[in-house]
Amino acid sequence: MPATTETLDTVQALADTGYKWGFETNIEMDFAPKGLNEDIIRLISARKEEPAWMLDWRLAAYAAWLKMPEPQWAKVEHPPIDYQDLHYYAAPKKKAGPKSLDEVDPELLAMYEKLGIPLKERAILAGVEPGEGEPNPIAVDAVFDSVSVATTFRDTLAKAGVIFCPISEAVRDHPDLVRKYLGSVVPVADNFYAALNSAVFTDGSFVYIPKGVRCPMELSTYFRINARNTGQFERTLIVAEEGSYVSYLEGCTAPQRDENQLHAAVVELVAMDDAQIKYSTVQNWYPGDSEGRGGIYNFVTKRGACRGARSKISWTQVETGSAITWKYPSCVLEGADSVGEFYSVAVTNNHQQADTGTKMIHLGRGSRSTIVSKGISAGKSNNTYRGLVRIAPTAAGARNFTQCDSLLIGDQCGAHTVPYIESRNLSAKVEHEATTSKIAEDQLFYCRQRGLSEEDAVNLIVNGFCKDVLKELPMEFAVEAQKLLAVSLEGSVG
Amino acid sequence: MLEIKGLAASINDKPILRGIDLVVPPGEVHAIMGPNGSGKSTLGYVLAGREDYEVTGGSATFNGVDLLDMEPEARAAAGVFLAFQAPIELPGVNNANFLRTALNAIRRAHGETELDAVQFLKLARAEAKRLAMPDDMLKRNVNVGFSGGEKKRNEVLQMALLRPKLAILDETDSGLDIDALKIVADGVNALRGPDFSALVITHHQRLLDHLVPNRVHVLARGRIVHSGGPELARELERSGYAGLVQEAA
Repeated sequence: MPATTETLDTVQALADTGYKWGFETNIEMDFAPKGLNEDIIRLISARKEEPAWMLDWRLAAYAAWLKMPEPQWAKVEHPPIDYQDLHYYAAPKKKAGPKSLDEVDPELLAMYEKLGIPLKERAILAGVEPGEGEPNPIAVDAVFDSVSVATTFRDTLAKAGVIFCPISEAVRDHPDLVRKYLGSVVPVADNFYAALNSAVFTDGSFVYIPKGVRCPMELSTYFRINARNTGQFERTLIVAEEGSYVSYLEGCTAPQRDENQLHAAVVELVAMDDAQIKYSTVQNWYPGDSEGRGGIYNFVTKRGACRGARSKISWTQVETGSAITWKYPSCVLEGADSVGEFYSVAVTNNHQQADTGTKMIHLGRGSRSTIVSKGISAGKSNNTYRGLVRIAPTAAGARNFTQCDSLLIGDQCGAHTVPYIESRNLSAKVEHEATTSKIAEDQLFYCRQRGLSEEDAVNLIVNGFCKDVLKELPMEFAVEAQKLLAVSLEGSVG
Repeated sequence: MLEIKGLAASINDKPILRGIDLVVPPGEVHAIMGPNGSGKSTLGYVLAGREDYEVTGGSATFNGVDLLDMEPEARAAAGVFLAFQAPIELPGVNNANFLRTALNAIRRAHGETELDAVQFLKLARAEAKRLAMPDDMLKRNVNVGFSGGEKKRNEVLQMALLRPKLAILDETDSGLDIDALKIVADGVNALRGPDFSALVITHHQRLLDHLVPNRVHVLARGRIVHSGGPELARELERSGYAGLVQEAA
């Protein structure tokens, strides 16, 4: 048998290992009825005890959304989504707020355990204070479906003047900040999914770092979709004032499902003069089974505005999940000498489709951007890098460097690179490099001859391929990301 | 002990090995020589389990177990090591990490405890020093940007760390200067002992000066056409293969 055929067989044999984290937690849900209309939006707003301006904002977004068509330009295919067949609000039935581990729903704790959330963090969820001077604590704002179950480390952060809370709480407690910045980077009518999100978002995080403050810890949020047919509409807003710094980690796994689930998040970042925001994502929504049934539709709008001079926004993402990924974390480089970065690993397997990339919009003088994208395709999947680099006439001396690499596993998958480059300033410099390679038989054989299993060999080669991106992740996240790559590839090739 | 009987193999339906008979007793080093295209590298690949080759007949056992029935990694765990003629590059894969992963895979297969990064580095640095290799070879990516000589030395380092029971060296001496050649020979000699056998594929007597084989075999057109003691290599260097190959044909 020719070696390539045999490898394909091996790929097929390994492809049915299944989704490791496919489990469901039975916690009583409180649903809004299916469908979307003004009444549902009023209900969401009322449940969230929102002020009137917030409701008006939502209704305006809804009105805009009604007039917008679904975007068709991405290289993804899916059956039409019936937006009236979804629940737009689901919340775990509340007992009294958890004050100790004993009071937290044991089902929820069990779920965190399956997710591999360290015991310490689980305790943190119940508000247990860490010991004095513990290094690198991570504050977790756990989003369990649509309602934040617990927000932690609030005190430590508050001492530094940092606000880190569920966005619904921020709407009530910090209305001036939210009104000032919400929708200032991604306007309500920016695109179809962003408009939908603006109308119905139920939760997400709000982060505010005051002038000159270096956020004393990495901020992280665990997202999880856990209710049948509940679209999840997260809304995250991070504002870094002059000279401040924050590193935000977002990670997610989702339980196994039959129906497709819609996920349309919006993330907005604002960086003022000399501020830095580092936003890292490890995304592992349920990708569907090996035939492509089920799986999350992930239509996300992520955008950062480098408003200030010398401000910097850095996106790092490891995307392994979702049936469909439609996601372009972008930077609008308004400030002079501002910096945008995008580091991405996107893995697709079986019938997964990913159309992902970034937009770097250079407006400020001397603004610089770096794009490093690593796409890995296996099975019958399609992996598209779509990136825009736009240099405005105002962006004298702007620079961009783009590196796009694709790795193919097997011969039934696709890798596509669609770069758009628009330069309207002659002093700007834009570089684009792209490669496509295949995991070679001789690489696999070399590793196996040294005693590595085929799976370990593929992991090693893939991790090597992704190294430039993985090294951008915060340490604790990099380990998780490597694990995730291994799990994703267990079901792909090895 | 390596026992090969009537081994035949082909690639893309083209027969390459046409009935190899060879026994390498434990503790012995045998040299395989022969003209280009005679099947020397194929023999190494087939013994190591490369999938492009189809075994069409015969058998190959090592210490009584049927090698041909095993996955490449199982053969490695059983002690088979192939030093590649053209070592493969693994971009982005740190050499030390690769070696540790390999060593631990084999240790795991033997039910031994795995080495942590610190233990491994200590061991690897000691071996590298013994082979006169610079430490930085451990930090670089596997064979990426290595010179031809560095790649070959890296193979020897891997062999030294993995401590195989059967080493197959496929022209590991080709393209090496005298000093590097000696390092390769030293690498094999250091492993020599009652539990170690080696098949050394080479074109040159030079290597065999440093690495005196117990037997020398001449492979031509997929068969072993002549065998002798270490003196055979010198004879061949003088008179070439033509006579032997003609005789066999």
